[in-house]
Amino acid sequence: MMFVPGNNPGMMADAHIYGPDSIMLDLEDSVTMAEKDAARLLVYNALKSIDYGNTEMVVRINPLNTPYGKKDVEAVVKAGVDVIRMPKTETADEVRELEAEILKVETEIGRVGETRIMAAIESALGIVNAYQIATASERMMGIALGAEDYSANLKTNRTPGGAELLLAREQIVVAARAAGIACFDTVYSNLDDMETFRKEVELIKTLGFDGKSIINPRQIEVVNSVFTPTEKEITKARAVVAAIKEAQAKGSGVISLNGKMVDRPVVLRAERTIALAVAAGVIDKEEEL
Amino acid sequence: MRNSKVVSLEEAIKRSGLQNGMTVSFHHHFRGGDKVVNLVMDCLAQMGFKDLKLAASSLSDVHKPLIEHIKNGVITGISTSGLRGELADAISHGLMKEPVVFRSHGGRGSAIASGELKIDVAFLGASACDELGNACGVPRSEHAKSICGSLGYALPDARYAKHVVVITDDLVPYPNMPQSISAADVESVVVVDSVGDSSKIAAGAIRDSKNPRDILLAKQAAKVIINSGYFEDGFSIQTGTGGASLAAVKYIREEMLKRNIKASFALGGITAHMVKLHEEGLIGKLIDVQSFDKVAAESIARDPLHQEVSAVEYASGQHLGSATHALDIVILSALEVDVHFNVNVLVGSDGIIRGAIGGHQDTAADSALSIIVCPLLRGRIPCVVPKVTTLITPGKSVDVVVTEYGIAVNPLRPEIAERLKASGLKLVDIEELARKATSIIGMPDSLPFGDRVVGVVMNRDGSVLDKIYNIR
Repeated sequence: MMFVPGNNPGMMADAHIYGPDSIMLDLEDSVTMAEKDAARLLVYNALKSIDYGNTEMVVRINPLNTPYGKKDVEAVVKAGVDVIRMPKTETADEVRELEAEILKVETEIGRVGETRIMAAIESALGIVNAYQIATASERMMGIALGAEDYSANLKTNRTPGGAELLLAREQIVVAARAAGIACFDTVYSNLDDMETFRKEVELIKTLGFDGKSIINPRQIEVVNSVFTPTEKEITKARAVVAAIKEAQAKGSGVISLNGKMVDRPVVLRAERTIALAVAAGVIDKEEEL
Repeated sequence: MRNSKVVSLEEAIKRSGLQNGMTVSFHHHFRGGDKVVNLVMDCLAQMGFKDLKLAASSLSDVHKPLIEHIKNGVITGISTSGLRGELADAISHGLMKEPVVFRSHGGRGSAIASGELKIDVAFLGASACDELGNACGVPRSEHAKSICGSLGYALPDARYAKHVVVITDDLVPYPNMPQSISAADVESVVVVDSVGDSSKIAAGAIRDSKNPRDILLAKQAAKVIINSGYFEDGFSIQTGTGGASLAAVKYIREEMLKRNIKASFALGGITAHMVKLHEEGLIGKLIDVQSFDKVAAESIARDPLHQEVSAVEYASGQHLGSATHALDIVILSALEVDVHFNVNVLVGSDGIIRGAIGGHQDTAADSALSIIVCPLLRGRIPCVVPKVTTLITPGKSVDVVVTEYGIAVNPLRPEIAERLKASGLKLVDIEELARKATSIIGMPDSLPFGDRVVGVVMNRDGSVLDKIYNIR
């Protein structure tokens, strides 16, 4: 998910050409108070007029308790955004409040239920309530960590190793999995240190995250290279999937591969590997059907 | 020294026999740092000359003082590869009665060699020269003040002009050899304080572009090259100096190392990037008509495998021995490409001249594979358009267009399209790119051109390709 300032038309116009999975147009922190209205108008028109292809479009709105939040919801729902990212989420009630606002606008335009929600968790309270937030609405598609505000709230600083974020990251992954939704890690802002960035992406992949938030197209390649399954992983996953098909053909409930029984978690992992490889474009979808 | 040719500039001009109405010529190896053109033209104006024709290999922002000489009738004709800055702006608005003649570097070389462009007196800047006129673009003493490397664009002038004056800021003892310009061709030598500011040739160090769009374009261009069928041991290449072009070299280098492929030569404006690959053993020889930066200029001074060539040897269409005829791959830029693959590198989308033909026509026509790398959009300006503002390089010599929105292959080269598709690259129709640009930006209003011709674009074979009208 690539962050793009909502007040920069040049960046908004062609953010999709770099191939991010999703683009988050920002109306919150990257836009000054004086430009909030102008940015909302720009984002509205970008969503209405630019062909972003298959890229999932997310807009980070201002909190609902600011003078801008509700206007943001109205504009982006009317523009047909895929996902609204809610900043600084701390409780399930806040999610439900946003849901009500979305429904109001959707009802007005006759497009009910199309807008999904992603909650950014950026405080200790939010982390404590992560599962409640993740399950607060049918529209919830994911939760994400916002590490700058979170580490400030903890009264600590961000470090290259990220020790201060460990609990929050694990809590977010666990809450998301328990709720059956996706989870996304925070941004890494030093563009000149691609090595530390890569290590961080490897860490969050190991922790179980579905993806990473990025602030520059140059980071896309690193995230994709970490998340794209290796040839070895794909070969192994294909063997598992083939074994499943074989077992199904035989009508057998027991799946075996190379003489060993294959457990359900192994099957799930293999299917996820194939799905990731298809998503990354390293194997064809048709080929796997 | 006996027979010394060193005289003052005025004396050199007097001895040259220059008359009103004649043609004087200059090279542009000092690029934005050039001081020779302004110095000589000021002197000619002071001496009362009128109606001179200026035949420069190129002109840039630094030549703004020529505007006054044009207004005062000192200069009444110009031929060049390009124009930039205020001079270009004034000419685009109709400053001159006679249209400027634009030629490619190869085209200019050919025109001089064939006698179509007759030069009466050539004033050629050099970083070192001896008293008899053996001159070069590299330092030859501890007093050296400037460096420009290759003097390739000055060599046709030196050879064919009726009278040659070398202007140097470092007079060195005879023999200044090996030399670029031979004393046999030189009538006078003039010593001045400075011929050019070498720091303005270009920055010295290699800096990789961090612009994501340049990186994207570079990666796509590199993929095209690698899968084109021409990327094999012994291939040859020429690139420009734009961010995307230079970044492409980086990705091509990685692939050369991976596949153990070496290039036989790199051609053209030589950059620090090419010098680095050459020094790593990845490029056999550097054929240098113009050194684009200090690293390249220093390399040509010391490396026997880094060779200077004249504009004729570089890119003449009439001389089959010219290097472009042996060139496999060229990466070029564009201000505009149209749906017929025609390219404009000279006139901006505002109708104002702001570029140079350079070797664009020559390398596109002669190379086996020509790749145009340009963004679909520059801010609110579309670069893939229904029709180019000015035709510089005909579409039949352009093979592939790489933009950030997709790669288009000229239908005249189906075999390249097949190879690229086979490698998994997705191709788009060039019409589709133009539609995409229009859909994002809208259709620009047509330009307010007048009915006076301010520029004539020559093809490299001496025919007229297009005309540039004054902009209102």
